[in-house]
Amino acid sequence: MGLENLALGFQIAITPFNLFIAVVGILLGTIIGVLPGLGGANGVAILLPLTFTMPPTSAIILLTSIYWGALFGGAITSILFNIPGEPWSVATTFDGYPLARQGQGGQALTAAFTSSFIGAFFSIVLITFFAPLLAEIALKFGPPEFFAIQLLTFSSFVGLGGGNPLKSLVSILIGFILATVGLDIVTGQLRLTFGVTDLMKGFDFIIAVIGLFGIGEILLSVEEGLTFRGGKTGMNLRVVLDTWKVLPRYWRTFVRGSFIGFWMGFKPGGATPASFMSYAFAKRFSKNADRFGKGELEGVVAPETAAHAAGVAAMLPMLTLGIPGSPTAAVMLGGLIIWGLQPGPLLFKENPDFVWGLIASMYTGNVIGVLMVLAFVPFFAAILRIPFAILTPLIVVVCAIGSYAVHNSMIDIWYMLIFGVIGYVFKKLDYPIAPLVLALVLGDLAENALRQSLIMSQGSLAIFFTRPISAAITAAAIFFFVLPVITPWWRRLRGLPVTAPARPEA
Amino acid sequence: MRAAEVVTASVLMLLGGVVLFDAMRLGFGWGPDGPRSGFFPFWLALIMVLCCAVILVQAVLHGAGQSFVSRERLAPVLTVLWPAVAAVALMHFVGLYVASALYMGFYMRWVGRHSWVAVFALGIGVPVVTFLIFEKWFLVPMPKGPLEHWLGY
Repeated sequence: MGLENLALGFQIAITPFNLFIAVVGILLGTIIGVLPGLGGANGVAILLPLTFTMPPTSAIILLTSIYWGALFGGAITSILFNIPGEPWSVATTFDGYPLARQGQGGQALTAAFTSSFIGAFFSIVLITFFAPLLAEIALKFGPPEFFAIQLLTFSSFVGLGGGNPLKSLVSILIGFILATVGLDIVTGQLRLTFGVTDLMKGFDFIIAVIGLFGIGEILLSVEEGLTFRGGKTGMNLRVVLDTWKVLPRYWRTFVRGSFIGFWMGFKPGGATPASFMSYAFAKRFSKNADRFGKGELEGVVAPETAAHAAGVAAMLPMLTLGIPGSPTAAVMLGGLIIWGLQPGPLLFKENPDFVWGLIASMYTGNVIGVLMVLAFVPFFAAILRIPFAILTPLIVVVCAIGSYAVHNSMIDIWYMLIFGVIGYVFKKLDYPIAPLVLALVLGDLAENALRQSLIMSQGSLAIFFTRPISAAITAAAIFFFVLPVITPWWRRLRGLPVTAPARPEA
Repeated sequence: MRAAEVVTASVLMLLGGVVLFDAMRLGFGWGPDGPRSGFFPFWLALIMVLCCAVILVQAVLHGAGQSFVSRERLAPVLTVLWPAVAAVALMHFVGLYVASALYMGFYMRWVGRHSWVAVFALGIGVPVVTFLIFEKWFLVPMPKGPLEHWLGY
């Protein structure tokens, strides 16, 4: 059904220029994923200005390749240095680092990259077939349905995010409030500017991403005192081939991880819980459950497969509904708008070459990515041996450049620093940051959807419950919102200990 | 942690109050053509103030716990922060490239105690490379100062 479109996409993705772009993107992305303070989201944000002059398809290929690279890079630091570069790599450290300590770093890395590739590939195949269907359905959506989807997006942060649900909610609200600052395009009134001209253009979420994730992360890591005590990579062709001979044994784990990843991943903040869930399942069903945590290869396979399946699945709602599933997808969505494309279901009708070029590039990007990281692991690991006193100012400078380039404005660099301090405080106090960023991105869309829905119903909230699709989605959203309240009751009813799970930073 | 929790929740409540005030100025009811400008911010701020109030109470009841950040841990955070602030302030006058060179050089020498050779090589090399990437290849202009003007950019 989508196959001729996919063939069209491959014609675009396999041009020498776009393949070159993918290689550059994966190289940069892996470096970004390895460096502390530069994760996928703000790596993509910082490099976004470089794409302004590119054709949109090449631009999105660059950004998605950076994202694939960052996903691979997270595994390198987790396994060799016991430092999860990204929150969804935390579960990879459980068995990856012990393996590296036992001199089996090469096996662990090969397993991690291969699992990432398989998880990602599974999700890409599903996206190829589901995305056009979902876009077709979404074309029939009106404002109430879109607002209901937004509710569902944010409710899953509150319900599934772990930690204090009130803090998740506050983060979301802060994001929405920041989004309202400036000119209200519907009424033409200025909101929350208090006569300050600099506030009139509002806050750009790209600046917020760079500050909250980049600077905030740097401040946090200097406070914790970074020390890189790394294991040897021990990577060569023989190790790779030998590990590949062992891996088919874990086919059940691959399948399970892929499904968990895809299912969790198209909901926001899904990659981290997916990786933990996949790890837990693998441990429960494994014959060597007691070896988990001490250096079991399956314990690397499970979280990596799920994390990458989820990371790719986060692109699905971005493409079809215009609602990003992760902060990185949100930055890409911002890119789409800057390049003059309208995100959402119409994209499939109006820019099929862009959409299918992107989907095809997911295949090529991941193939190139897995080969590149397998070949160049020692090079990427060496980056972490750069002294911290060089890395820190370098990252701050790169963040400043990225912030300035978005609007050519100095005030944005100041905002970046302020967001950095806020990010540091929020991380320490366990206010999650990802929902704040998503709310800032989606604020205008959500407000417009709400306004239009209320205008349709002359001010009655009942409209969200009287239309069937909207009612189903709203009901699901309400379920997630109240989940933190009913979970303790449910547990008490069943005689389980009443403990809130620690927050997996999404 | 308790003091930091209380302060953060209070600051957020205060900000929520400011938003509520502005929303009331704009009107949060039903206008001639739908909800007024203040409608969305009003409800957001109201829920935020309520949530923060609960967080505040939780924090007070929860007890002290460990401190937010110890004095010796705060020092490295500030050594990153204040030179960064100084560098950004400097960018207004000398442009991004010169400010970055000074910032990198200062930080490498002062915190990392790297040799002067390394300090000069990277302090000058990094801005020159970024200059080439952004101004030359990707045509993304950065803030420039007297040095760049003197060089003809």
